[in-house]
Amino acid sequence: MTVVIDRNKRPEGQESQDRASRPPRSAAARAREKGGADGGLYKRRTPIYPKLVHGAWRRLKWALLIVTLTIYYVTPWIRWDRPGDLPDQAVLVDFAGRRFYFFFIQLWPQEVYFITGLLVMAALGLFLASALFGRLWCGYACPQTVWTDLYIYIERLFEGDRNARMKLDAAPWSFDKAWRKGGKHAVWLGIAFGTGGAWIFYFHDAPTLIRTFWIGQAPMTAYVSCAIMTFMTYVLAGSMREQVCTYMCPWPRIQGAMLDEHSLQVTYRFDRGEPRAPHKKGATWDGRGDCIDCNACVVACPMGIDIRHGPQLECINCGLCIDACDEIMLRVERPKGLIAYDTDAAVAARAKGEKAVYRLIRPRTLYYAAALVLVSGLMIWGLVGRSPMDVHVLRDRNPTFVRMQDGDIRNGYTVKIANRSFQPMSATIAFEGVAGASLKTPGVDATPGALTVTVEPNQIRAVRVLVTAPPTALPHANMPAAFVVRAGDADQSVETTFLSGAANTR
Amino acid sequence: MSKREADEVTGVETTGHEWDGIKELDNPLPRWWLYVFWASIIVAIVYWVLLPAWPGINGYTKGVMGQSDRANVAQELQALRDLRGEGAARLTNATLEEIESDPALQEYAMAVGQSVFGDNCATCHGAGGGGAKGYPNLVDDIWLWGGGLADIHHTLQVGVRSGAEGARFSQMPAFGRDQMLTGPQVNDLTELVVSLSGREADKAAVARAAPIYAAQCVSCHGATGTGDQAQGAPNLTDGEWLYGPSREEIRTQIWSGRNGVMPSWAGRFDDETLKALAVYVHANAGGQ
Repeated sequence: MTVVIDRNKRPEGQESQDRASRPPRSAAARAREKGGADGGLYKRRTPIYPKLVHGAWRRLKWALLIVTLTIYYVTPWIRWDRPGDLPDQAVLVDFAGRRFYFFFIQLWPQEVYFITGLLVMAALGLFLASALFGRLWCGYACPQTVWTDLYIYIERLFEGDRNARMKLDAAPWSFDKAWRKGGKHAVWLGIAFGTGGAWIFYFHDAPTLIRTFWIGQAPMTAYVSCAIMTFMTYVLAGSMREQVCTYMCPWPRIQGAMLDEHSLQVTYRFDRGEPRAPHKKGATWDGRGDCIDCNACVVACPMGIDIRHGPQLECINCGLCIDACDEIMLRVERPKGLIAYDTDAAVAARAKGEKAVYRLIRPRTLYYAAALVLVSGLMIWGLVGRSPMDVHVLRDRNPTFVRMQDGDIRNGYTVKIANRSFQPMSATIAFEGVAGASLKTPGVDATPGALTVTVEPNQIRAVRVLVTAPPTALPHANMPAAFVVRAGDADQSVETTFLSGAANTR
Repeated sequence: MSKREADEVTGVETTGHEWDGIKELDNPLPRWWLYVFWASIIVAIVYWVLLPAWPGINGYTKGVMGQSDRANVAQELQALRDLRGEGAARLTNATLEEIESDPALQEYAMAVGQSVFGDNCATCHGAGGGGAKGYPNLVDDIWLWGGGLADIHHTLQVGVRSGAEGARFSQMPAFGRDQMLTGPQVNDLTELVVSLSGREADKAAVARAAPIYAAQCVSCHGATGTGDQAQGAPNLTDGEWLYGPSREEIRTQIWSGRNGVMPSWAGRFDDETLKALAVYVHANAGGQ
């Protein structure tokens, strides 16, 4: 007998009766009901029309917009002279040649740990900045913020400021609406293409690529990357905007762990603002807060939130509401800074009538700073002490050793020498651990002590080294040994073994 | 037998089917799923038009894009040949010695040789060239037919007892099986051969075998047993035994005279591949 346990079964009573009386409905229909009045499985986007503000933070954001975009567009065009056929581009991720060039630094794929270190540093820097000053990255430097800002600027050029845009969107289609919308999207697409187009210069020689790109001779990856970046820029900055930060980006969620009550962030000082109420000119300010509930901070917000609700996941700390509020405060002749960079602790202290205390040095900031210093130190130490040479040894496994005509024992090794410098490298290979061992490489006569080979610049040379030793030098079947490779100031010792088989030892 | 009814708990209609008291709710397909379903049907139809799709009796629908895996493979093989053409030409135009002394060319030849060796030679000689019983070790300095570049190249071309024209040929007679020597004589000769490489042997037997050796073996293996590479006679003094070092194995070789075969590769590889292979074997062995 099958017993069906129904976890959904409600106790006898009003609910089951209630449900039974309803007509059958699909799951999708129920989901639509949950989705709100608009219907659909997902929350519909509420359009946001940020109003242009003027002030210190807006000016800072314009300046940072110009700086960051300039860095992005100009970097691939900086030249950096390197010898021979090596690329002369200062910053180049050369996938085809498997090298990463950054001014005087040139990294090989084997050194990917430097990239890892860079990412760890970036993360720790972000942690530290967030713990101290809130979401600086989100508000000022994140590409999503910068490009969205640029796109809103273009939108404003074609469609006007907030009220004009709202009116235009509500208006029926007309020639005026069509050319404004069309023009906006055309410029947006142009910027998007410029973004995608600049991106690919980081991966190929820029002056060559800008020529081959237009005549169809650039690599397919360049066209595909350009198309993807163009599309993503257009969609992310044009239509998705704040949804990227709110729904797609993990950083707002991680934020919660980085921030505490002493972190500076864009804050509505409710201690000063509440109770809020509209204010008539000339009326008294006694017994009320400074907030006149004008909504200037709300309409300025590119994220569509009300900062007066306190710190929120959506808030990118861009500071535009500070500018918006300061303008109003000046007009109503109250002190500026009703919305400002402040800490939760300070606001709470003032609300209780105590003196606000600011603590930049806290265990959290000390830990982040210490970790950042440590990782930076490791990176600098690694880069400074980085050898131009890298050696790896593979020993022959089949056969492990060979007995020669005269009874000597020979082992075969492949010594791989990487020359990371830009000059030819003369490397001396010596073998330590077995007395009287002689070294030989095909094409070069045998030498008792050491071999010298030349490694081309920026290349790896695999040298097959045959080491021969007389049985008298082999007290054990398995002798620990090492290859010592010297080139100029650089030397490296790589451990290996010399095998001879028990029957061949003396 | 099937009765559609509204489910009491969810309020959704059932399909009317019932299995052991379990009923199935008739929820509509999710909209996105339905769209994907229709889209995949459209993709299939487009596919039929563009690409080879339907089998027929005398062939199949070719599709308008002219896609053919067979043609693609042929094209890629040609592209590979073109790609290798430059390296092949360099190998063709250089002598064996030039190949081995030019680091870049040597590296190229070694890469070619390694892959060819792995596909064709490793079966008998081992992946690393270490050889096996009956198959010579190619990485030591002991050679039956000479270890110089030209010797190796020639052996590769004609083979050993391969039946090809000009093949290297030597024959170890089956002294016992063909009744050229008696059992005790073979036993004595075995002791003598063992003594040649400096191992302990029955001195009386060695003395008895000396005249037999002088009569039967000297012409190829030489008076002191050092062999002769010109006629492919193994050196008996170097402690290296193609068919095994034990007395039984040595005696078996004198009794039955096994003669291994190495194929001729001249017709099977082009010239530049043979050159690369010769350089690879030579360099791997240390190069005589």
